[in-house]
Amino acid sequence: MDRLLGRSTLRRHLTLAVLGMLVVVVVLESTGPFRNAQFASMAYYGIAGAGLTILIGLNGQISLGHGAFMAIGAYTAALMLQGGDPLPLPVILLAAALVTLVAGAVVGVAAARLHGPYLAGATLALAVAVPGIPVYFSGTLGGEQGLNVRVPDIPPWFADAVFFVTGQDMSRSRYLGYLGWFCLVVTFVLLANLARGRVGRTWRAVRDNEVAAELAGIDLGRARVLAFVVSATCAGLAGGLLALSARIAAPSGFTLTLSLLLLSAIVLGGLGTLTGALIGAAMLTFVPQLVTGLGQDLGLTDVRAAELAPLTYGLVTMLVVLFAPAGIVGGIRAAAARRRAVKTSGTSKEARKDEAMDEIRGVTGDRHPGGGVRRG
Amino acid sequence: MAAETGFEMSGVTVTFGGLVALSDVSLAVGPNQVLGVIGPNGAGKTTLFNVACGFVRPDEGRLRWRGTELRALRPHQLAGHGIARTLQDLGLFDRMTVLENVLVGATRHARTSFWSGLFALPRHGRDERALTERAMAMLDELGIADVARRPVASLPYPVRKRVALARALAGDPDLLLLDEPASGLSNDEMAEIGELIGRLTARMSVMLVEHHMDLVMSVCHDIVVLDFGKVIARGGPDEIREHPAVLDAYLGEDVG
Repeated sequence: MDRLLGRSTLRRHLTLAVLGMLVVVVVLESTGPFRNAQFASMAYYGIAGAGLTILIGLNGQISLGHGAFMAIGAYTAALMLQGGDPLPLPVILLAAALVTLVAGAVVGVAAARLHGPYLAGATLALAVAVPGIPVYFSGTLGGEQGLNVRVPDIPPWFADAVFFVTGQDMSRSRYLGYLGWFCLVVTFVLLANLARGRVGRTWRAVRDNEVAAELAGIDLGRARVLAFVVSATCAGLAGGLLALSARIAAPSGFTLTLSLLLLSAIVLGGLGTLTGALIGAAMLTFVPQLVTGLGQDLGLTDVRAAELAPLTYGLVTMLVVLFAPAGIVGGIRAAAARRRAVKTSGTSKEARKDEAMDEIRGVTGDRHPGGGVRRG
Repeated sequence: MAAETGFEMSGVTVTFGGLVALSDVSLAVGPNQVLGVIGPNGAGKTTLFNVACGFVRPDEGRLRWRGTELRALRPHQLAGHGIARTLQDLGLFDRMTVLENVLVGATRHARTSFWSGLFALPRHGRDERALTERAMAMLDELGIADVARRPVASLPYPVRKRVALARALAGDPDLLLLDEPASGLSNDEMAEIGELIGRLTARMSVMLVEHHMDLVMSVCHDIVVLDFGKVIARGGPDEIREHPAVLDAYLGEDVG
């Protein structure tokens, strides 16, 4: 892997980003509007999940309130898109991220003082309270009905450029797919840079042992607030994309369920890994539809079939927690480590077992879901 | 009492509720000196260390470090001033590798900002390489460079103990507080620790809390004996060995 991608962090991540973007182009161009829209949802779930998995997996702070941050980003974007002549979309998405960054900083300062269940409770309150704000300020924020969002026209240069490469005209849902996945790739590169560098190491040190981290010269409060802000900013960007994809920002889109689904998705994928966040996002996007379709094929009524999705989701969560507590990514890595250990010849069985255990500990240790909750 | 440039505590008193943990404790560590702090369990040794590294703020008394007074500083700020400490329970970052543990210890020497890390600028890469070199040198000095890439949780206790020491040393401290460096080690390993402390005095001052009297007597220049939060004796190893109050309170018949 190192030889393939180079040793420089940036070059490595940029290579992966370019490869990822190529896959995105192929997938979006070879699928229709419905799938395009699904991929756009997967992108914003992926971005929000990535931010959350960094916070919980690397820094050990739990948040049950990331849906609230998505709401802040979504409403920011929706408000800026209200007029007849809105600013360019990148500016709007950046603004959504920045406004949420400020909100994240405020909440983060409070969060830095709380541990474990108290932090979970406080962020839970946030998730419950924020959807009430638009109802209260229904004049500017549209009340229960929310704000409708009109997706701006596709920039001609972009449509032309894509046509030049693919020979296909750009549809609106495909445009949103591109926008979402471009944001996802940029976010992932930046988060991967952080995770691999000194900042990520500082976060993990704080997660593993606060006393020792402080003695090593780490300002605990600063490290925690920083992680919270980075995480919330991702959620804000994701919220902005969600408003565009859903064409609406309404309180019903940001219920507590959203926050909890996001949390369960990254636990399923594997806490602390960006790949895990992506897997979780794919499950959030595709499982409900898949299961509902299956149910209809088996002759269930539409209502009953729709009820299968949360049921399946709950079952999958239980199975993963039982059989792969480190999530899907963690489980795969541990299995790979075992295989490698078995293949190693000429060593005693005991030594091989030790080696495997090392690898598993090394891997799962970093990603164990239980590790996310700090003991207060 | 000691050279101006060292670490001084004067009249430090700490109470927890009604309990007096430290009462009017004064001590000093000169440059390149080793000060031993001994005393029976519950004598206040750990509290003394917690005061020295900023976890506990004394009710009364002052701390001076290289001639300036340390006021209300948090542990991470004291780390920036070159005061490092090991923990009795090691306090390793268990889900990180040996090298990463030691790299965190070198935080004081990190030079790049959040932003250069976010964009993985070449500056950040250079800084990381410099830190890694520093950390590897420390691992080399302690003879554990070969396990640098292993997760610390997988290593035997004596090796973990060295990792904790390497992490404390990675910040190039001027004052090192060692909390029970010999506990859980074999005699050979203890001798090595003793040798190491001797070597370290060339570049720093050391304060040592330790139960193994052989080690304390062989490496310390000065010893302070605590009992019930009070200093009951102080002096060189020879004086302490013969001190009646010490024999009475702490060493008992073991040394007699």
